[in-house]
Amino acid sequence: MHDMVQTREQAEAAVATHAIRVDGVDFCYGSSRALKEISMDVPKGEIVALIGPSGCGKSTLLRCFNRMNDLVPGARVTKGTIHIDGVEIHRPEVDPVELRRRVGMVFQKSNPFPRTIYENVAYGPRISGTSDKQELDAIVENALRGAALWDEVKDRLNESAFGLSGGQQQRLCIARTIAVKPEIVLMDEPCSALDPVATAKVEELILELRNDYTIVIVTHNMQQATRVSDRTAFFYLGELIEYGGTSQIFTNPGRQETEDYVTGRFG
Amino acid sequence: MADSSNAFATTGRSRRGEPFVWLTAAGLTIGVILTLGLLGLVVVKGLEVFWPDRLEVFEVDQDGATESVAGYLVQDRTRRDLDGATHEEIQVFRGNLELYGEKFLFLDKADIRDTSRPDDLLLVERMEGGHVIGTAARIEFGDGARVGAEDPEFGDRLEALIEENEERRKELKEIEKDQIGRNAKQVKELTLRRRLIEDGVESGSIEAIDAELQELQAEFARLDEERGEIRERLEADRFLVASADGRELGIAGGELLHVFEPNRAGFFARLGETLRRMWSFLSDDPREANTEGGVYPAIFGTVVMTLVMSIFVTPFGVIAAIYLREYAKQGPLVRAVRISVNNLAGVPSIVFGVFGLAFFIYFVGGVVDGWFFPNAEEPVYKSGGILWASLTLALLTVPVVIVATEEALAAVPRGVREAALACGASKWQAIQRVVLPASLPGILTGVILAMARGAGEVAPLMLVGVVKSAPDLPIDAAAPFIHPERQFMHLGFHIYDLGFQSPDSEAAKPMVFATTLLLIFIVVVMNLSAIIIRNRLRKKYATSSF
Ligand SMILES: Nc1ncnc2c1ncn2[C@@H]1O[C@H](COP(=O)(O)OP(=O)(O)OP(=O)(O)O)[C@@H](O)[C@H]1O
Ligand SMILES: [Mg+2]
Repeated sequence: MHDMVQTREQAEAAVATHAIRVDGVDFCYGSSRALKEISMDVPKGEIVALIGPSGCGKSTLLRCFNRMNDLVPGARVTKGTIHIDGVEIHRPEVDPVELRRRVGMVFQKSNPFPRTIYENVAYGPRISGTSDKQELDAIVENALRGAALWDEVKDRLNESAFGLSGGQQQRLCIARTIAVKPEIVLMDEPCSALDPVATAKVEELILELRNDYTIVIVTHNMQQATRVSDRTAFFYLGELIEYGGTSQIFTNPGRQETEDYVTGRFG
Repeated sequence: MADSSNAFATTGRSRRGEPFVWLTAAGLTIGVILTLGLLGLVVVKGLEVFWPDRLEVFEVDQDGATESVAGYLVQDRTRRDLDGATHEEIQVFRGNLELYGEKFLFLDKADIRDTSRPDDLLLVERMEGGHVIGTAARIEFGDGARVGAEDPEFGDRLEALIEENEERRKELKEIEKDQIGRNAKQVKELTLRRRLIEDGVESGSIEAIDAELQELQAEFARLDEERGEIRERLEADRFLVASADGRELGIAGGELLHVFEPNRAGFFARLGETLRRMWSFLSDDPREANTEGGVYPAIFGTVVMTLVMSIFVTPFGVIAAIYLREYAKQGPLVRAVRISVNNLAGVPSIVFGVFGLAFFIYFVGGVVDGWFFPNAEEPVYKSGGILWASLTLALLTVPVVIVATEEALAAVPRGVREAALACGASKWQAIQRVVLPASLPGILTGVILAMARGAGEVAPLMLVGVVKSAPDLPIDAAAPFIHPERQFMHLGFHIYDLGFQSPDSEAAKPMVFATTLLLIFIVVVMNLSAIIIRNRLRKKYATSSF
């Protein structure tokens, strides 16, 4: 909030090029260690893909960035720091509500609110104090256009969001996230429940969003990672094995594990 | 399947456990049969009450002489007397209380010589004394005029007489309840002011008050006279009915309510009469210690009390559940609270009644009276009333709402909650705008259950405001229109009162069934409307298909 803005200004000069900076982070669920010594930087305006086998800690890391892990009892960062825009986000004076307003998240399962399509998108702006109807209308339209959903739903804005197809619901969730105008968007396997057509749409959308947002995306789909991301990080058993430009990771990986995984010879 | 080479031939394993299927089915069947049986009994007996029976005349041997008894059959039974002999007998309702001293009569079937159904038998409803059965004799008007039953105009005159008197009764009620009531209230207020001025508590002119009082007294005298006149006119005309044994019974015009000829009526006339009786049951005030007339005040009291209770219990229960589920740190203490809440649902309801009496009426009511009505002669809030009854029942049903709400909150998918937070919502914003709407159907289920429980509860109500007869409704046209301190009538208590407290339980029996049917009906209607609302919401807030 106020503190955060100040600190941010102070630190901005130092780390202006990094949206997220992870420094030696260990993360534990109770006594089990889910992340080990993770260090990585996410440059501003880029798309970073997190890949790795199931259970390796991708979601855990992603959920650290907006402190969603605060909701899990006993889960905490035990070592290291995460800076977003130069602010260490786990410091007590950082308000997670404010943080989440600036770091949006799209989940693996689409999770629209049990309300109308319009209300779903207007939710974020509304709770952060926008109540003017015209302003809201504009925000909703922009967000839905941004999520490539506007043409499909413009005539049924006041119907329940559950009447949408799975792919439409996921794009609605993306619209809901960008309606808040965050600086960073976290996406946890946003296409895992979608068919190829919807996936293509979402990917197109991600590429479009790239101009305005920094995006971190978790994916199990190698092609997707190559298609959308600038950089790729490969995780294995809670460790960051390799992090680099996407083309390098996929064509010329530096580590044997990475090569095995990206070529599908894993295990 | 006899082919032994069939790899899928049954080995009998698929039938394992089948006896349990039968067992569960049997359990369900027994439950359904019991419920349907009870409901069926109530429905049949409750509706039967309204169907007009044919009237019969029995010629009975009585010590050598024959006596005529007119009435309708109530029941057929076999009685065994002390020396073991059995008697087939019937019970007959013959009304005409003044003539016979009792409305019901048992007749030994062996004594009945003859039975007939004369067309001209009348069933007369009147204000007091129960029904009269007999044939029309004549009308004797106050001015000396007489119209005999054979007069062609007789029917019209009788109808006119009934209508006229209904008007008069309305007028009388207007004067007694509204005008005289208002007068008395003003007198009371002025007297009080006068006393206060005399004691020097308030300033004002005693003379002015005395003048006003005098005016009011004059008005009262005028009203009293008017009342006396109407009463006289109600008494003036008489309708004479000839009983089966030849004696005559006079009914004052003001007492006359309705005359019906059941033996002459065809199917549709009887159906019409049934509907009329139902309507008067629903819309009239009770008469004759509740055994006659309608149950309108009880319907009103039940519905208002249940609604007020829901209005109290819903926010209270929902807020408590939100705290328990969302904010309280889950630990032994919260678990203990939760167990206590669940056990609260098992506390005998009369205990809640006692608590309501002690806490709401004596304590809270006493404080309210002390603050706002220090000069009232009798307690206002420090006595049973619909507000206290609703609060007591709200307390009784709050565990239902808490448990249902907690479950509904827990059932909201985690993803939805996380999504709200990820949009930058604070915890309360997430609860208020996402979690609560999503759990609304579940919460409403709890409210429905609470309403059903509350509407059927009787025991605690007897301590906190339900009475046998409450002439004034808790909501009426007299300022301030809503009277939360008033005592009220309730269908559940009405059933108990009719069935077990009335001096003539035989006469009250049909009313017990009818009232029970009505109570069930009202509970069903209230529940259905809540269910419809819930389903609307559910459609609106349908949970994700994922
Ligand atoms: N709420 C939790 N409580 C305890 N352990 C957890 C919790 N969530 C995740 N874990 C553990 O942390 C490790 C990392 O989990 P995480 O969800 O980050 O994996 P992931 O890489 O996202 O896997 P996937 O690709 O299957 O989504 C796993 O071993 C998992 O069992
Ligand atoms: Mg994951």
